[in-house]
Amino acid sequence: MSDIRQQLRSYIEENFIVSASASLTDSDSLLDKGVVDSTGFIELITYLEERFAIEVRDDEMIPENLDSIDNLTTYVDRKLQAAATA
Amino acid sequence: MPAEYSPHCLDIDCDAEISHIDLRMQEIVLQQLRRRGVIIAMSGGVDSSVCAALAVHAFGRERVLGLLLPEHESAGTSAQLGQVVAEQLGIEFLTEHIGPALEAVGCYRRRDEAIKVVFPEYTSAWKSKIIIAGGSHAGMTFFKLVVQTPNGELQEKRLPAKQYLQIVAATNYKQRLRKAMEYYHADRLHYSVIGTPNRLEYDQGFFVKGGDGLADVKPIAHLYKTQVYQLARHLRLPADVCNARPTTDTYSLAQGQDEFYFGLPYEKMDVALWCHNHHRPVEELAAALELPETAAARIYADIESKRRTTAYLHTPPLLIEPVDLPKLAGA
Repeated sequence: MSDIRQQLRSYIEENFIVSASASLTDSDSLLDKGVVDSTGFIELITYLEERFAIEVRDDEMIPENLDSIDNLTTYVDRKLQAAATA
Repeated sequence: MPAEYSPHCLDIDCDAEISHIDLRMQEIVLQQLRRRGVIIAMSGGVDSSVCAALAVHAFGRERVLGLLLPEHESAGTSAQLGQVVAEQLGIEFLTEHIGPALEAVGCYRRRDEAIKVVFPEYTSAWKSKIIIAGGSHAGMTFFKLVVQTPNGELQEKRLPAKQYLQIVAATNYKQRLRKAMEYYHADRLHYSVIGTPNRLEYDQGFFVKGGDGLADVKPIAHLYKTQVYQLARHLRLPADVCNARPTTDTYSLAQGQDEFYFGLPYEKMDVALWCHNHHRPVEELAAALELPETAAARIYADIESKRRTTAYLHTPPLLIEPVDLPKLAGA
């Protein structure tokens, strides 16, 4: 899970130009912090699907799954485990 | 605390408002910009029709040139209704079909390339549009591409980021080429160009930078859409204008502004924006719109989110160092 977390953080910091001074914590809301806007959000979905080979369903696009590095990490881990046991 | 919301809070004194706009437009165009008249692109919609009527009121019909700027996918009624308004106002108008120019720069081709990634069987005989979806949290929205086959069958799929951005970028050519045509005529006549956003569009960033966002004067940017309709009726514009629902007239399938951008009909968006601008509590907006408080809170959050994410559209080119220039006379 720490590897997933690190990959997500690297992608978000590089792709959405998060400066070191922004001090984004793993629990910070990406939307409330202004890190990701509506276009950035669909870029993030595309990244998740391509990088982790998962399908993000429409009904899964909720803050509880996607709005922080913590939530993203848990969500991706859950999807990968579900795929592995399927 | 400012006045509470009431169903009449968006009512305006139309005569007083028209006099106010008259005076300001004359000051801006004739004294500050020192131009002889104005160009107005007429889509047949309520915003451009009201702006044209206000321009005639302020400058007289001899100093207003209307432009009808259809392209291959414009609704058939757009140019037709624009012409009806121009004739009613008694202004000179020209039709400039921008379809060939859009073809030349690859507007349709670039858009269709992106659509084919999502729907490989798509051909130019199909129609398409983008709709907004999701919205369980402000900003946590996504976009779907809706296509219609020649036999009328509708299909929709979620748009990946790259294809969404390419479709929007390609269709933005429409607004930008229209604006290029407006400035051609403005330069030739030494006129100013009128921009037609209402307050919802201006505040929430619903315009294309360098396209419909570009203008010399924006006479109704301070008015809520409901108030623009009040002016339309007061100015006795055609019933088809006064009763029309706002559309984007940008995609080949009919598309309402609410399904592409705002997520709510304009009447409700007006109330939400008014309440937000007057610092009304969430409970009051919820009661006004007959929505749960959680939904009203999301609307407020979405208003703020759109303001943040579209701030750059309003921003003029930024300089590395300030450069002193003379200000406009009377500015």
